[in-house]
Amino acid sequence: MVLFIRICTPYLGLNNVDIFLQQIFNGLVVGSIYALIALGYTMVYGIMQLINFAHGEIVMIGAMVTITCINLLLGQNVALPGPMLLLVGFMMAVPVSILLGYAIEKIAYRPLRKAPRLAPLITAIGVSIVLQQAAMLIWGRNYRPFPAILPSTVHEIGGATITSLQIAIIGLALALMAGLFFLIERTKLGRAMRATAQNPEVAGLMGVNINSIISMVFMIGSALGAVAGVMVAANYDQAHAYMGFLIGLKAFTAAVLGGIGNLGGAVLGGLLLGLIESLGSGYLGDLTGGAFGSNYKDIFAFIVLIIVLVFRPSGLLGERVADRA
Amino acid sequence: MFQKLENPRARLIGMLVLTVVMLILPFVLTGNFESGKSWIRTIDFALLYIMLALGLNIVVGYAGLLDLGYIAFYAVGAYLYAILNSPHLAAVLPAWLIYPSFPVMIVLAGLVAGLFGVLLGSPTLKLRGDYLAIVTLGFGEIIRIFMNNLDRPINITNGPQGINNIKTVQIAGYDFGRPIEFLGLSFEKVHLYYYLILAFCLLIIFVSMRLQNSRIGRAWVAIREDEIAANAMGINTRNIKLLAFAMGASFGGVSGALFASFQGFVSPESFVLMESIMVLCMVVLGGMGHIPGVILGAIIVSITPEILRDVINPLQHALVGRKVVDPENLRMLIFGLAMIVIMLLRPEGLWPSQRRKAEFHEKDEEAKA
Repeated sequence: MVLFIRICTPYLGLNNVDIFLQQIFNGLVVGSIYALIALGYTMVYGIMQLINFAHGEIVMIGAMVTITCINLLLGQNVALPGPMLLLVGFMMAVPVSILLGYAIEKIAYRPLRKAPRLAPLITAIGVSIVLQQAAMLIWGRNYRPFPAILPSTVHEIGGATITSLQIAIIGLALALMAGLFFLIERTKLGRAMRATAQNPEVAGLMGVNINSIISMVFMIGSALGAVAGVMVAANYDQAHAYMGFLIGLKAFTAAVLGGIGNLGGAVLGGLLLGLIESLGSGYLGDLTGGAFGSNYKDIFAFIVLIIVLVFRPSGLLGERVADRA
Repeated sequence: MFQKLENPRARLIGMLVLTVVMLILPFVLTGNFESGKSWIRTIDFALLYIMLALGLNIVVGYAGLLDLGYIAFYAVGAYLYAILNSPHLAAVLPAWLIYPSFPVMIVLAGLVAGLFGVLLGSPTLKLRGDYLAIVTLGFGEIIRIFMNNLDRPINITNGPQGINNIKTVQIAGYDFGRPIEFLGLSFEKVHLYYYLILAFCLLIIFVSMRLQNSRIGRAWVAIREDEIAANAMGINTRNIKLLAFAMGASFGGVSGALFASFQGFVSPESFVLMESIMVLCMVVLGGMGHIPGVILGAIIVSITPEILRDVINPLQHALVGRKVVDPENLRMLIFGLAMIVIMLLRPEGLWPSQRRKAEFHEKDEEAKA
């Protein structure tokens, strides 16, 4: 692939291959994080047709809990290698997020399952506000730095650099996605989930316990979200109580881009969005002669989204669903 | 609001009492409370939010199109007013365009915002439900990001610093920025704007009420309930939907212009996505498609955080004796909780229309039968 890019770039009018490759790497890292979060959105949407606005906050809480946990261990002078510390952090953050996801569904969404669709949307926004403010009360208003515990080896591939952390992020994200696909496609639980997504009532008649399946979906999505949150914090070296909002928004955009309700679509949408954002913000300055720069980075997600939806209203991989609004 | 009062005389008296209360409210507040002026300010903003909520109500409540980027139109109106009524671009713009008279400005703000509404509406006509929601959300963010960054190559919006030195409204030679003595009372800026915004608010309430049962209003409801059937009944769904977007947007644009002139300063920070969401909350919490409900929702959502601001800190000091938690976070936390609780208890909104209420309780009736 590196060779392919090297051969192609002169024809694309790109004179600096290294920078191009570098943007691709950055895009893949961010994109795989988007994809993980987008999976949480798309799973919930597929089953309940609900935009779980609080999902971004779960991502944030996953990151915050991990940072707190690692700092606690470091404060106790625990002599563990960095990756082990991180693992302990994960082991705290993932259960917390799972519990939170379960509680949110039970308290805020389940009583409204039969209500019109805007009602749970409002409670979702309420939950999101509550979690954000609670995080502010617990962790304060300032940015929390991610403790420097991970080895930062820099690898060079084709003139561009990628850190071992970034490779680990892509690897872990791919592994989790593969695990999720196995779960959905090959296990009994997955079959029950697919059945519920298709038709909850009939699935219920076939002996699927709808309530526990929906709880399960929220818990799995939250676990993936927590892991993604740690990745975000590690990649940008910091976390903040408001970080969940924008990243959640972009991940949801990714899910819609790929066709919401479709797992493969979420992954494709996430990766595409990451690549578009990184390439777009990297080259916009050159293309417009410096008039517009990388400060328009956040716009790409939305412009691409609008263009895709205008031409393919159901997303890239989405099926033409009946009018559910 | 007064449908429940069957007797026309009772209705009339009710209306009269409400009018008198609204008219003397600012003076009761400044006369009796130390912080009266800041309360009138809060009420001024609540009135602006009522206008916004009624505008969004047309799009979401009547036509059933979920718009999560509504604040963009407010922003368009505000920035238009700011650019035309401040020294920021005065040297560049042609003289006939700068510092227009107030009625011209308001019409212009409504028209330009309406144009943006059509701009947003036309590519998204095919979309429904959540796809539409996310595209409108994206549109709102695009507008905000442009406002944040259009300080170069040509400085149009002055970037994150925003535009200041915006001129206050001038009507018939009176500058609303200076106190006016009238009938022995001193009308200060907050008072003057209170009456100005109230007048616009009443105008928008009136337009909304007239629209509701008009041919267009009924067409919107038909589209909301079943687009295909509405089309089959001869409604030009494309134009009617665009009209909903344009109409809602122009309400937003007008209130944005008032906001800019009242505030004297605009910056992209006032138009974040959270604001769109808040306006949507007003509509849904109050009761979608029902004008009194939407007004109630707007008042509750805009005033509750302000009341909590005044209540929480003294309460904290009384109970614990010192500042334990940040009151700013705590009040938003309580606000979020209140939103959840209200929706759980009354998913149809606090004050729904009769029809909507009936729809919600259809199942209960069936269960009883």
